[in-house]
Amino acid sequence: MKLQEYHAKTLLARAGLPVPEWAVASSPGEARLQAETFLARGAGKVVIKAQVLVGGRGKAGGVKLAASGAEAERVAGAILGMDIKGIVVRRVLVAPAAEIEREIYLAAVLDRTERKILLMGSAEGGVEIETLAEERPDAIVRIHAHPHLGLLDWQARKLAFALGLGDHLKAAVAIAQGLQRVMVENDADLVEVNPLALVRETGPDGTPVLTLQCLDAKVTIDDSALSRHPGLEAMRDLDEEDPIDIEARRLGLSFIRLEGSIGCMVNGAGLAMTTMDLVKRAGGSPANFLDIGGGARSEKVANAMRLILAEPSVKAILVNIFGGIARGDEVARGLVEARSQQTRDVPMVVRIVGTNADLAAGILADAGGGIRTAQSLDEAVEMAVAIARSAEA
Amino acid sequence: MSILVDRSTRLVVQGITGREGAFHAGQMQAYGTNVVAGVTPGKGGQSALDGSVPVFDTCADAVRETGANTSVIYVPPAGAPDAILEAVGAGIRTVFCITEHIPALEMMKVVAEVDRLGARLVGPNCPGATSPGKAKVGIIPGSIHLPGRVGLVSRSGTLTYEVVQAMTDAGIGQSTCVGIGGDPIAGSSFIDILSLFRDDPETEAIVLMGEIGGDAEERAAAWKQEHLPKTPMVAFIAGRTAPPGRRMGHAGAIISGSGGTAQSKIAALEAAGIRVADSPTQIPALLREAGVRPS
Repeated sequence: MKLQEYHAKTLLARAGLPVPEWAVASSPGEARLQAETFLARGAGKVVIKAQVLVGGRGKAGGVKLAASGAEAERVAGAILGMDIKGIVVRRVLVAPAAEIEREIYLAAVLDRTERKILLMGSAEGGVEIETLAEERPDAIVRIHAHPHLGLLDWQARKLAFALGLGDHLKAAVAIAQGLQRVMVENDADLVEVNPLALVRETGPDGTPVLTLQCLDAKVTIDDSALSRHPGLEAMRDLDEEDPIDIEARRLGLSFIRLEGSIGCMVNGAGLAMTTMDLVKRAGGSPANFLDIGGGARSEKVANAMRLILAEPSVKAILVNIFGGIARGDEVARGLVEARSQQTRDVPMVVRIVGTNADLAAGILADAGGGIRTAQSLDEAVEMAVAIARSAEA
Repeated sequence: MSILVDRSTRLVVQGITGREGAFHAGQMQAYGTNVVAGVTPGKGGQSALDGSVPVFDTCADAVRETGANTSVIYVPPAGAPDAILEAVGAGIRTVFCITEHIPALEMMKVVAEVDRLGARLVGPNCPGATSPGKAKVGIIPGSIHLPGRVGLVSRSGTLTYEVVQAMTDAGIGQSTCVGIGGDPIAGSSFIDILSLFRDDPETEAIVLMGEIGGDAEERAAAWKQEHLPKTPMVAFIAGRTAPPGRRMGHAGAIISGSGGTAQSKIAALEAAGIRVADSPTQIPALLREAGVRPS
């Protein structure tokens, strides 16, 4: 689960990391009041940033500066309601604009190969790290935290020196260790600060000072860990989710909507992806990815069928079940139940093999019309593609 | 021979008194696996599988009393990491974890300890392993197998069944089929299992079933080219049509940025001389073309 910037910053600030103060506004008037507060406290300008979970908001015009309350109101008014890659902006973050001396990239990520937390940094911040990784991999510093002891002091120092932060060693060490801690304490997959910046400020005696600050933050939480972090689950932005995703999660189904005409219901993620791939290869287009999981009961199957049928573009349904933990007869009963409540007549191709496939065949035969059965996966895919094609013709 | 599980396997089932544990313990025993013990804390002294298998409070008791050398875990996600550590702490060298939805950072700590103790973990979120005709550990249906000389390693569950069934239907038997699971942090990698197959004289050819996400398939391809240049190998990658940025059911199956795509994996496998099937049902034919004879 991705967190909005203002939630990610909350996690960083809670862990004691230096994050400049910010406020969140959902109307231009609110943004104006917040901007005026920051300006009155001495900020030269404020930055107004769209809060959306898609990347590229800066390029889309979702990040702007303002020098007065009136300008902040105007800018926020333009950003709020803006469509960024299909997502409507509902909130903006307002913060004093920093005077940036230098930008650095720093992130903690899960390294699947080493099976450790990897701290990745680059002395050049504000960059697309993936582009940099491809073009100049040497420009990225990598250090693996110890799986039990965390990011050790010497590791954090090594990272700080490599990033050219020797003059800010204590602050840099605290930030690097802080990112690792935020990752562990919140079961995150990713904690990214881009940019981490050396910011020019005026010290108490009026002389200029440079401080390290986290100007942006991106955090992704491991979905498998959300049940033990109710506070993080509460940060989920339902406004940015497809209502069908919310419904699928409520039903305990792994469902992803796609654009096509063939609804797919499969047990197992690998087999579900493969079924989609084969539909595409046979000239059809899958309407969804759906893994009903192991041991699905008939009620879950019926719920899954309702999700598929909610999509008006679905012209055929392909059910592919290889019974192991899942029992064929349970699935068949669920299909028949869903069929009886169905308001729309969509032809269904069913292939059930493995555990209790013989019982499933009997249940489907008794159910009568509208359900076609197939033995092999290839055969089932071809039948579904042919039906969808004739329905579209 | 075979790898990981065989007639010398003495299996302890952790969570044997639960719904899944009880059902699959029975299935494994019916297949011929030597199920010697069950562990459920607080139920020591009871028995399972119609009185044929003693239940112990701890893994250490099970090992001491029955000589268990392999464990399989059917424990809910909150208790599964501890169950793995209990097994390796009791001296068990091979552990299969079937449980899914264990937080990745929890597994990070567990695999470090498993490695430190020199034990082997397969999973989590995996279907287990079967050496046909000898033993099955996990949840793979026993009926789909045929004994033979092709090793199979997969990140998926039901997709594995599909391929095993297709191989069996074509008369191509298996030495051992291993599911390593679809999670980002796994106890065993493709390479770990490939190196076991390399040392198994009964495995003549290998099938690798991969999927989108991470770069385990690319690494496996490079390893095969260096260490198994002569062994025929066939692969399949699930998720050619998966949209980027979405988790396709498995926690590890996600295309992020430019990495983890099916295209990159297929290119790496083909560059290493591995034939990649367009459909799981093509795998038997590709194996025959690579010189594998029916069992």
